[in-house]
Amino acid sequence: MTDDKQPVKKMSIIVSRGSLDGIYPALIMANGARMEGIEASLFFTFFGLNALANKTLDSLKVSTVGNSALNMAMPMLGLPMTMPFPTWMGALPGVSAFATHLMNKEMEKLDIPPVREFLELISDSGGKIFACKLAMDMFKLKKEDLMDRVDGVLTVGDFYNESAGAGTHILFT
Amino acid sequence: MKKNIAGTEIDVNEEGYLTDMTQWNEAIAAAIAVEEGIGALTDAHMKVVRYLREQQAKGAALTIRSMGKSGVVTTKELYDLFPGGPLKKSSKIAGIPKPVGCI
Repeated sequence: MTDDKQPVKKMSIIVSRGSLDGIYPALIMANGARMEGIEASLFFTFFGLNALANKTLDSLKVSTVGNSALNMAMPMLGLPMTMPFPTWMGALPGVSAFATHLMNKEMEKLDIPPVREFLELISDSGGKIFACKLAMDMFKLKKEDLMDRVDGVLTVGDFYNESAGAGTHILFT
Repeated sequence: MKKNIAGTEIDVNEEGYLTDMTQWNEAIAAAIAVEEGIGALTDAHMKVVRYLREQQAKGAALTIRSMGKSGVVTTKELYDLFPGGPLKKSSKIAGIPKPVGCI
């Protein structure tokens, strides 16, 4: 077999979810790309903007309601994975906060930084951070409402232009 | 497997990482740096390399975050010093195993 693998040159990652568990995978993928010498851009849209807005980004939560994949092992309770996490339980006051606390603790053990520090790390490593213009308008957010590492507010067209080039992969999360 | 680096027979794995960090010396580091496209090693490079070796000897897990917080180098500097794979390339040059984490 001939080695015709084309290297990944750039990852453009769209982040549309705003829960902690919705945002972390994208941040890990972007940072991981930079560590391999691959360019990385993050484009935050819809509820993903929660990860950029100064008012929300330090207190993002794990979603415990409407998350059918959640089980008793997932929020690091140490119970079996086969044990479901009842939806009614997720709606109780404090449960999401508690699950978030447990997840943050596990993340810290793995040396995964909190969201703000993670964005700073990605920015320092040369990764780019963009906010979606349409979602900004919808949520009535201004650039100054976002954390200081945001490189720009882009339209969808700008984003595709920014992603141009052979070897770019666009990932929607 | 064996590889001749800077005139010495060294034990390396299939990716070229030293399997025995005690076989390392500065001439080997310089030779690997050239092979990895880093070029001549400066004092700033060597500071990182020595720090990596110290941490490895202690058995610490190395991550890009811990490097940035080490006080030895900032994240930006680390990327500038070892372009194309800051932790991977610096570890290879330092004669320590390839970092296993995702972060």
